This record gives sequence, structure tokens and C-alpha cells, in this order.
Amino acid sequence: MIPTALEFQLLLPVLIIAAGILISLIIEMFSSKSEKILPWFSIALFVSTAYYSLLTVGHERIIFNSMLAAGGTANIFFFVFTFGAAIVTLISIDYIKKIGMYYGEYYILLQSAVLGMMLMANAQDLVMIFMGLEQMSVCFYILAGFNRKKIKSNEAAMKYFLLGAFATGFIVYGIALMYGVAQTMSIPAIANGLLIYSDNIIFVAGLLLFIIGFSFKIAAVPFHMWVPDVYQGSPTSITALMSTGGKAAAFSSLLIIFTPLFATTQSTLFQPYLVVIATLSMLLGSIVAIAQTDLKRMLAYSSISHAGYILIGVAAGSELGIASVIFYLSAYTFMNLGTFGIISMIENKDEGNLSLNDYSGLGNKKPMLAALLAIFMFALAGIPPFAGFFGKYYVFIAAIESNLTWLAIVGVLSSVISIYFYLRVVVVMYFQKDENILNVEDSSPALLGIMISALLVIVMGIAPGSIINLISNFVK
Amino acid sequence: MIPIEYYLSLSAFMFIVGVVGVLTRRNAIIVFMSIELMLNSANLTLVAFSSYLGNPIGQIFVFFVMTVAAAEAAIGLAIIISLFRNKKTVNIDEINILKW
Repeated sequence: MIPTALEFQLLLPVLIIAAGILISLIIEMFSSKSEKILPWFSIALFVSTAYYSLLTVGHERIIFNSMLAAGGTANIFFFVFTFGAAIVTLISIDYIKKIGMYYGEYYILLQSAVLGMMLMANAQDLVMIFMGLEQMSVCFYILAGFNRKKIKSNEAAMKYFLLGAFATGFIVYGIALMYGVAQTMSIPAIANGLLIYSDNIIFVAGLLLFIIGFSFKIAAVPFHMWVPDVYQGSPTSITALMSTGGKAAAFSSLLIIFTPLFATTQSTLFQPYLVVIATLSMLLGSIVAIAQTDLKRMLAYSSISHAGYILIGVAAGSELGIASVIFYLSAYTFMNLGTFGIISMIENKDEGNLSLNDYSGLGNKKPMLAALLAIFMFALAGIPPFAGFFGKYYVFIAAIESNLTWLAIVGVLSSVISIYFYLRVVVVMYFQKDENILNVEDSSPALLGIMISALLVIVMGIAPGSIINLISNFVK
Repeated sequence: MIPIEYYLSLSAFMFIVGVVGVLTRRNAIIVFMSIELMLNSANLTLVAFSSYLGNPIGQIFVFFVMTVAAAEAAIGLAIIISLFRNKKTVNIDEINILKW
């Protein structure tokens, strides 16, 4: 069947980014000032895509011979990815100049990674999930090692690459086994026969391998060993995108796979697995983060524990569970982007100023930055009235409604532990004597990006009900 | 005709060899080769199922997997080379400046 004009129109968010990548390549080829033009071009691209995705969120439809979905949750994810990427671009403008990787290609790779994430969020076919995942991952491998003169960045890129490709092996083998049983790669078609397939050991093994592969990508324990090293070694702006967009994209694919499963009587087939990795991720992430002195590494462990909280929503498997996962992912995206934005401003050109003690006295020297960082820390710790609190609240409610009360209790305990290391940052900023001289270069684009994320975190904390209702409308 | 079980057993064996290789070998390039072995075992499974079921989707997917594997090989070797320029080793155990 030939796709109709309407289908192209519904796919416009993806097409805008794809066209933007091609135009950016031409700009990069012919312009000697591409480093100056491309960031603003990317921001225009990302913001217009984010706006268009929200505009067409109500047009839910399966398009392109049931390869892709348009509208609904896919568009909500589009908004999170593209708006997050716009903030990352704002943060990057001065940062990449500062640490000596001032090349235009950076923005093209950023756009390509976002395109991969979008394909993961609206895939309706295992082939599309795989292609989107690889498009995103390959771009991230390069971006993690983008600062190629620095050995830390090299090391992060290699660890990310080896573990990422290892996970890809699991995913491809899982897809192959599922295909052998289901004789198709279309997810709706697989969903139709799920009750028959779920008795077949080969299909279940394939699905398990597929989910293990994605557990690597979402950074859940015990598949988390690459996360601290990669988040610490990569350029900070890339860590920001990797820990938010990359994680949200992997979760969106997991939801695409799990949503049909939840609708059947076999809905608890993978619940034990999800419950175990959620518990381990929450506790290990929160406990090990206490021992960290490097802020980026601490946030890497915090990211592991946040993956655990989000997995509670997936394990709950109800409609509220899925809606709460999407809410949590959007809240987490903006909290984390703001935090990494501030870290990227304070970091100096030799990748110094990253340890906790370097933040002492920030409250006096840079009151604005310190106040913003305090907001993000409160939000990440889950203190009301910020977005992080309601993310956790909805996830825990979903768990209790699905008779997983003890998992919600573990989640509450783990977030109590995590308050310690988040608030420690605030204490160091405001109450510890400053021993060092901190030279923070001002960067108005980065500050703008951070303030937008702070605004979103506060808005999502003040009006969580209307946002979760909006999301719930599109979760079937 | 060779029964499909033979192909599936062979590819499962290849996959396990790949996983064990990734987990035990310490040279980055050999680890990478083991990952390629995992991808190829998945390809063999796909082709065997595709031929057995008389369904072309599996064979088409193999082309996608091969393309992605080629892209990953290019990126991966580039990363290993840039690391080797700075560190003069590709042994994973010696690449350990990031830890707490």
C-alpha cells in the first residue's frame, strides 16, 4: 500500500528532524561558520517539532502499513525528546567551546540521536524498534567520545560502545527467537497471538532476552555497570541527553512491548523479573550514591535508582502505571537536564570543579545558580511541590493499586535514603566554608535552558493532575 | 533437508560462545569480535526461521542487522583507535581511570 498524504502529515515531527539533519549536513559542508549557525538551527528545529507534536497529539493512528504509530503517547514522548534536546543544545553552545570540542558535527549527531529516539517511541514493528535504537546508540557512542583528546572521554566511549553493542546482541537474538514463533515482527500482530505464544518456551526466552537487552539501555541493576563510568567520562552536555532522552526512549520501547502483554491474562508473566530489578536498582543506586564525591558519578547512581522507581510503574502494569511512567520520565528529563546544565556551567575547561567540595560557598558566589541547583536537588529527592514528588507519588499509587504495596514501601525507603545525598549538595552550597576559588564563566544560553527546565519542573509540580489526565487519555 | 533444530542449536551455541567471549576476554578488539559473533548467530537464526517458515521478513531483517553491524564496526574501531592514541593499550583491565 502506498502511504497517503495524511500519513506523511501525521509523521511530520519525524520528517522535520530528518530533513533538518540533511540540511544541517549541507550547512556544515558549505559554511565555515557552521558552529555558530547550527545550534540555533537545531533549536528552531527541536522547538518547532515539539510544538507540532503537542498540536497533533489527538490524531492517534497507525500509519505506514502498521510500521509506525502517530499521535497519543508517541507524540508526548516526541515532545519530551525534542524539547529536552533543545535545552541540551542551549547548554552546549558555550560548553563545547569551553572544553575544546567546538565542531558543528556535534549538533548533527545530536539531531540524529533524537531521530533515533523518536523512531523508538512510535515504532509498531520490532524492525523499527531495532533501527531506532541503533540510530540513537551509534550517535551516542560517538558523542560520548566526542572530546577525543581527553582520555576520560575515550574510556567512556569505549565502555559505552562495548556494553551497548553487547546489549544489541541480546536484543537481536531475542527478536530472532520471537520472530521464529510468531512468524511476524509486527507488534500488533504479535499481540493478537500473545496468549498462544506465551506458552511457548522459545517465544518467552526471546522476549526475556529482548527485555534483558533493554535493561542495559535503561540502566537497571544488575545491568548497570557501564552507567557510572560512562556518565562520568562523557562530556556533561551529552551525559544530560543520555541520562534523560536515551533512558526515556528505552522505556518508551519497553512500554510498546509490554502494553499489549498487560491486556492479556498473562499480564504478570514478567512481573517477578521487573520487581526484582526495580528493587535492586532503587536500593543499590541510592546506597552507592551516598559514597560518591564526584557530582556526575553521584548523579549516575541517582539515575540508576530513578530507573528503579520508573520500573515500579512498568511492573504495576495498569493504565495508571503506564501513565505514571510517562509522567515520571518527563519530570525526570527536565530535573536532570537542569542539574547537568548547572554542572556544565561550573565545570572548568580541564574537566575540573566536578567534586562536591568544589560547590562549597556557591550560595554566596553565584546565588542564582545555587538557588536553581537547590530546586533541582529538591525535585530529584522527591520533595513537594516539585515534579519529582508527584512522579514518585503516581508510581507508588499505581503499585499499591496492583497489589504491590511492599514494592511501594521499598520505593519510599529508598527515596528517604536518597534525600541524604541530594540535600548534602544543598548543605555544601550554603553552609560549608569555601576553600577554593571558583571561576564560573557566565553563559546566558545555558542559563536560559536551565531556567526553562526549572520552570517546567515547578509547573509539573503545581499542576500534576491535569498533566497526568492528559497522558491517561492516550494510554489504552 | 537439514532439520531446523540443527541450525537453531548451532546459532544458540554461537551466541553462547559470543557471550562467554565478551565476559572473559580482556582485549577490546576480541571483545568486539565476540559481539559480532553474537549478532551473526542472531542472523543465522533469522535466516533459518525465514527459510523454514517460507516468510521473507526474517531475511530482510538480516540485511538491517548487517548494515547496523557494519556501522557499529566503523564506530567501534574508531573509538578503539582514538583510545589507543592516548593510552597505548587496548586491554580493558588497564583502562580504568574512571572509578571511585
